Parts: sequence; structure tokens; C-alpha cells
Amino acid sequence: MLSQQLLNALTLGSVYALFALGFTLVFGVLAVINLSHGAVFMVGSYAALFLVTRFEMPLWLALLAAMAVSGMLGLLIDVLILKPLRARNAPHLIPMIATIGVAITLSSSAQGIFGAEILRFPEGTIPAGEFIIGDVHVRAIEIGIVGIAFTLMAVLFLAIRRTQLGRALRAIAESPKAASLLGINVEGLFHGTSFVAAALGGAAGVLIGLDFNAITPLMGQPILHKGIAVIILGGMGDIRGALIAGMFLGFAEVMSKAYLSSQLGDAVAFGLLFLILLVRPSGMFGRVLERKA
Amino acid sequence: MEWLDNYWSTYNTLVYSIGVHALLALSIWLTLACGLLSLANAAFMGIGAYVSALLSLQAGWPFAAVLAAAGVVPALVALIIGIPTLRLSGVYLAMATLAFGEVVRIIVLNLEITGGPEGLNGIPQSTQGWHILAILAFTIYGLARLRRSRVGRAFESIREDDVAASLMGIDVARHKLFAFVLGATIAGVAGGLNAHFTFFISPREYGFENAVDILTMAILGGIGSLVGPMRGATILTLLPELLRFLHEFRGVFNGIVLVLVVLFLPKGLWEPRRIKALFARGGRA
Repeated sequence: MLSQQLLNALTLGSVYALFALGFTLVFGVLAVINLSHGAVFMVGSYAALFLVTRFEMPLWLALLAAMAVSGMLGLLIDVLILKPLRARNAPHLIPMIATIGVAITLSSSAQGIFGAEILRFPEGTIPAGEFIIGDVHVRAIEIGIVGIAFTLMAVLFLAIRRTQLGRALRAIAESPKAASLLGINVEGLFHGTSFVAAALGGAAGVLIGLDFNAITPLMGQPILHKGIAVIILGGMGDIRGALIAGMFLGFAEVMSKAYLSSQLGDAVAFGLLFLILLVRPSGMFGRVLERKA
Repeated sequence: MEWLDNYWSTYNTLVYSIGVHALLALSIWLTLACGLLSLANAAFMGIGAYVSALLSLQAGWPFAAVLAAAGVVPALVALIIGIPTLRLSGVYLAMATLAFGEVVRIIVLNLEITGGPEGLNGIPQSTQGWHILAILAFTIYGLARLRRSRVGRAFESIREDDVAASLMGIDVARHKLFAFVLGATIAGVAGGLNAHFTFFISPREYGFENAVDILTMAILGGIGSLVGPMRGATILTLLPELLRFLHEFRGVFNGIVLVLVVLFLPKGLWEPRRIKALFARGGRA
């Protein structure tokens, strides 16, 4: 029983972490709380579903295509909305409010186009294999989800830690002005970050869609709230923090659902969030990223 | 005058809604005037609605006492959560209030006394048009007086720069708390009024989307004046009725309006100088 729950927690936690990674990346680099990240996640999910049902695309290709679609969407949001706001130096809450508008637009569009009902992947598209290790039933799809999530996170992590590009990003996170003086193409990296973050969000959407096999226009809302909890737990803009906090939240949620009460599971995230904000607003790992944009 | 009666019986809920929404938009205006983005107003409205509905249904309190409770209980809750959370600034406060709203929604969804997901039914329809009108007028009068008072000026200086304000001897924390609590009171009363004419309430009406709706009203109308939030409330209440033909896509319109206003009309819809400038420059901002 416990090991089965641990597996569920690992799956859920890895998706939370993947989602929150893009979210926190945008905050770290662009200093914007992008509240459309949940809607982009939803778009990723629908994109994969559409490609699989309409064009009978294999799942791996649909995942890549969905990442491209949501990435482009993220880029579009940055170019059309966030960039003009940056240009006129809008107060820091304004971009956040604009992204709320984007989120509403996207989820209502999805509702108008695909309907409000739950959509599912057609039978046979999700690998149905199952292994039994000890007394744990491991679905093949779960291995895939955890594997893909960790691969994507590892790639991002290495890119930021080890490459010249990552160094430039970290410089922008410290101070966009100084970075630009050093000859870093700040606008270009803002666009790039938006693309990558949204693509990761879209990937998380596909993975959640596969895990629960239920896609709805409003699926972005709960995970956005969880994502907010994760990036506050991990420290805003802290990549490693988001990873650990995402896993942690997955575990906390699954365990409290399994052993306390099923309703409590949803409240856990927000209880934790509240507590952290009161006690340690800089996040669990405390490396303060103070940015009063 | 028969046509007037018919007209009224068809549209009175719409007119009532405008009044309630105006109160809500004013409640968020109060915190925005102080430079705080609080996304908890829908939750405070919900607390007011549930408290008042339960008092009417189960305790049989008179309507005036019920409405008073609808204001007092959210105020107390705001006081309790405000003291620790208002130390947070900017996005952190927005996130904390958003989380608080979610917690309230989950609690209401799971309690027995609130009727869970089904909500509460059969609330007496005690709200009369003049109740809403009187409370709205009283609120506007109070807020207008407040704006011109010492406290109102303190709000303004906190919004512009809270460090400078505190250096000038303004007790920033206390003023923020006052704005937060007063905002919660107004939202709670609005919730109470609303519950007593819609007859039915459920947790779905007090979630994140509703917090955003309230915010959109204030931003759309413009937060530079007291008329702004009311203008926004009126437009956003009437629009969905006019846009019925869009069906499921109605939400798209709301979202696009919010984005466009933020992008092109940062001071709200009614800003003659800005609108003129927009047209003069061929529609480019």
C-alpha cells in the first residue's frame, strides 16, 4: 500500500515539478508571475489530444508537437503582451493582471471549441502495459511520465548551470540592465525563456492528460494554484527549489489523501503555501531572490 | 405603466446585480488605492453570503442583523489573516490572498453546514432594491469622505511609495490593514445582499474566477476615481447579457477586454485624454 502510494506521489510530484519549473523560470528571468501558465498547460494537453485523434500521430510525436504549440503560444504572449508592458515600464502587478486575461481567453476558447465535457485519449493510444514489482503495480505510462519529466528537467538544469546561455540567463535574473550592458541580448533571451517555459508547461499538460486520461478546459486552474504553491515553497525564481518543492507537494498531497482524508489533499498545498509565506517568504531553501521589479 | 412592471420583473435581478457588483468593485478599489493587490475579495463575499444565509435559514435572525453579521464576520477574518499576510508586498500578497481564497472555497465545499458542493437553497428573498441602493450610496459617501481625509491621503502616499510614506510618519502596516478589513466588510455585505436575492448560493460563485471578475471591473472602469469601479461593474454586468449570442465564447471577450485595457488604457476605460491620443496616433499606443 505504502509503496503504491509512493509511486503515485512520484508521478504526480514529477509533473508538478515540471510545471512549476517553467513557472519559476519566467519569474526568475522576466520577473513576471505568469498566471496564463495553467492555460498554456491546458492548451498543450488539447494539442496532443487533437493530434492523436485527428491525425493519428504517435504519442511521442504528439508530445513534441504539443510542446512546440504551447511554446509558440508562450512566445506570442511575451511578444504581444509582456514586451509592450516592459517597454513602458509598467508597475509589476500589471503584467500579472494581463496574464489573467490571457488565461480566461484561452480557457473559454477551449470551452467554445472543444466543449466543457471531459475528453479522453482514444482507446489504445496510451500504452496499457503493467509490471508488478513486489506488490506494486507499475503502469508503463507512469514510467514514461516520470522518465520524460525528469529528462526535461535535467536538460533544463544542465543548460542553466553549464552553458553560456544559462550563464546569460542567470545574469539577467540578477539584473537585466547590467546584463544588457554586458552585451547580452536580453530581449531575445526573454523570448527564449517564454518559449521554453511554456513548452515545459505544455509537456506537463500532456503528461497529466495521459496519467488521468481526462482533459477539460478548466484543468489549468487547479495546477496553476498548485504551481503557485510550489514556487513559493521552493522560493520564487529558484529552479532547484521548484524541483524539490514540486516533488514534496506531490508526496504531501498523495499521502494526505491516502491516510488523512480525500478532501484534505487539496487544502494541503494551500496550507503549506500560507505557512511558508508567513514564516519564510523566501522559500524553503531561503536563497532570497529579492526583486522589486 | 404596465410595460414598466413587466420590464422591471424581467430585469430587476440585472439591476440588483449591478448594485452588488459595484459594491464588490469598490471593495477591491479600496485595497488597490493602497497599492495592495488582494485576490481575496470573492472569498470575503462568500463568507458574507454563507454567514448571512445560515443566519437567515437556521437562526431566523432579522434581515438587518443578518446583513450586519455579513459585514462583521469577514472583517474579523480579514483582521486575523491580514496581520501576518500584509507584511508581504506585491506579488507575494496576491499569491497569499489567492491561496486564502482557495482554502475558503475548499472548506465551504467540504463542510456539512454549508451544503457542500450543492450549496444552500431557499434563502429568503429579503433584499429590496432600496437596500442595495442605500448601502451603495452610503458606501460611496463614506469612501468619498475617506479619500479626502488624512487616511485617504495616507493610502495614496503608500500606493506611490510605501518606504517614503513610512519615513513621513505614516503607520503603513496599520493603514494597509484598515483598507484590507474595510474592503472585506464591503465585500461581505455585498455577499449577504446577493445571497438574499438570488435565493441560492454555491461554492462555485466565490472562486478564483470571481475574484478575477471583481478585479476586472475595477481595472476596466479605472481606479483613479470612485466612479470608475462602478462604471466597470455596470459594463461587465450588462455585457454578458448583450453578448448572449456568443454562447461559450463569452468568456473570451472578458479576457480580451482585460488584456486590451491593461495594454492600451492603463488608467481604465474612461480617460478622455488617452483615448484622444490613441486616435490621434492612428490607434497605436
